Amino acid sequence: MNKKVVYADNNATTMAAPEVFEAMKPFLTDRYGNPSSMHTFGGNVAKHIDSARESVAKLIGANDPQEIIFTSCGTESDNTAIISTLRSYPEKRHIITTKVEHAAVLNLCKYLETVGYRVTYLNVNNEGMIDLNELKASIDPDTAIISIMYANNETGVVFPVDQIAEIARVRDVVFHTDGVQAAGKIPFKMTQLPVDLLALSGHKLHAPKGVGALYVRKGTKFTPFLIGGHQEHNRRGGTENVASIVGFGTACELAMKTFEEERTRIKGLRDKLENEILEKIPDARVNGTRENRLPNTTNIGFEFIEGEAILLMLDEKNIAASSGSACTSGSLSPSHVLQAMGIPFTFIQGSIRFSLSRYNDEEDVDQIIENLPKVIARLREISPYGK
Amino acid sequence: MWNYTEKMMEHFKNPRNVGEIEDPDAVGEVGNIVCGDALKLTLKIDKKTDVIMDAKFQTFGCASAIASSSVLTEMIKGKTVEEASKITNKDIADYLGGLPDEKMHCSVMGMEALEKAIANYRGTPVKKGTVEEEKIICKCFSVTDKKIIRAIKENSLKTVEEVTNFTKAGGGCGKCKPEIQKLLDEFWQKEATKGARAGVEHEHKKLTNLEKIELVKKVIEEEIRPHLKRDGGDIKLVDIDRDKVYVRFLGACVGCPGSGITLKGFLEKKLKEVVDENIEVEEVKE
Repeated sequence: MNKKVVYADNNATTMAAPEVFEAMKPFLTDRYGNPSSMHTFGGNVAKHIDSARESVAKLIGANDPQEIIFTSCGTESDNTAIISTLRSYPEKRHIITTKVEHAAVLNLCKYLETVGYRVTYLNVNNEGMIDLNELKASIDPDTAIISIMYANNETGVVFPVDQIAEIARVRDVVFHTDGVQAAGKIPFKMTQLPVDLLALSGHKLHAPKGVGALYVRKGTKFTPFLIGGHQEHNRRGGTENVASIVGFGTACELAMKTFEEERTRIKGLRDKLENEILEKIPDARVNGTRENRLPNTTNIGFEFIEGEAILLMLDEKNIAASSGSACTSGSLSPSHVLQAMGIPFTFIQGSIRFSLSRYNDEEDVDQIIENLPKVIARLREISPYGK
Repeated sequence: MWNYTEKMMEHFKNPRNVGEIEDPDAVGEVGNIVCGDALKLTLKIDKKTDVIMDAKFQTFGCASAIASSSVLTEMIKGKTVEEASKITNKDIADYLGGLPDEKMHCSVMGMEALEKAIANYRGTPVKKGTVEEEKIICKCFSVTDKKIIRAIKENSLKTVEEVTNFTKAGGGCGKCKPEIQKLLDEFWQKEATKGARAGVEHEHKKLTNLEKIELVKKVIEEEIRPHLKRDGGDIKLVDIDRDKVYVRFLGACVGCPGSGITLKGFLEKKLKEVVDENIEVEEVKE
């Protein structure tokens, strides 16, 4: 790649930080030992996993690093949380989740329905928010787990996880939250949040792909998902992905170092991007509430045109973003999130998500603002619905 | 990311003949925003020679929808209406150097807009009166049984997934998939019967006993069992003696009034067609 890419698709994946890569290198070369080995060469590696565990715990404000289990990805963490809880409470056959979850939770729930579980999919309003009264009314003695995401990957809408957790705690139901998009972007402390299980993914916060983590609050019933060796204190079989775990730890350290200033800076960039787009381009609207939202995400619908065409034209200008349109979803149905929100189809098909990270700067935002209005205008010229 | 050809990307980036002809001689419009793509085609036609003098398009849709529309206008310009009416969705896709399977419906949209424009020019009311006879199978994308059967026939589609790629039917909520499967089954059963009739006429070369056994097994395994299994039934090959094939029904097929039709009307016909015209199938009961 010669030309610099304006990468505005950080909710899909992020660049591994250079510091992360440096920290990983020794474990891909000289220090290849197995942390479970009796010899010093392998055994010493285990210390680095422990220190990564401490860093992850610190980022999410967990009391005890032993509450962190390393996994292979966010999906494994979500699957582990739900399956583990169902196995721990075999007599309970009801799950509560939302219509806007990530596929890692949504498709698992759909599968569980085929093997006899009952699933309640909570609605969202047109701002992307759930109704806590609907949640309360859905809980019954048969409910095994509530699984509701922390922040939505498509719109950035942040759910009131503290209130949901409190409802679950009072009703004595296990609560899992998919925190993949929230961790490293918004601050929270597990010591102050009565969440039982929280899923994390490394590559969303500048660690490499192929590593995730599951927070399991002390005292939460747990049954392993991957059954095998004694790794992760008998809670997840399989030789540890040492280098990536070390990288994950470093990424968490980096996130903590500049958390507040980066959060403010990125939010400033996002707001500038969003405001100028809305100002320069007619028939555009933000999808989802602008209040409780991740600081890095904006999802904007452009009427009369289709998202894939927008993305490919932006790609020509070396701008990387994503869309909720049908043509980009890999199916013929557009984004389930935007549909659940009741966004008009004319806006869903032309919806574009920009998601920023610490590696974006003002220049990137300016480049998008310069190019996007031309792309939208050109496609509206081609469209029979354009003006 | 889709695997688009260079030619397709070129037409997407520099689409030809964008716009709307003023005072057109023919207009063809298909699709809508809910479906995710729409195309409006306008033509200028020389009424004496029937030659398409100019063609312009406006498309709402993805890159391949825009490119398909663009090449369509290129393909039909200079052709007579009669010549243009022979263009199929496959021609459009071929012209682009191929389309990803999931995007074949973009080429179908081009063909449909052209058909509508031609009907509009000729003054033949587009499918007037037939709409009632057609049945909407896919409610999400308003796809009728006629359109599905036509796509199956013209592109020799074998699976529901392929039908979805070509017509979008079944790509929304997915509730109509069993109905699409039914249309597929009906169509290919009819074809098989036609084939069987034609097969009697040309002689099969003599098979060895071993070849015959293998072929009978293959037909039962690949052509018959999947259909029966879908309805909870099954069939087992028991023995073959010269031209006699003995089978046993299992599962839901046991005692099913339809099994006789499966036996003679379907299995025996198929075996006569591909193995030997003298073959007779008999059921062995437990």
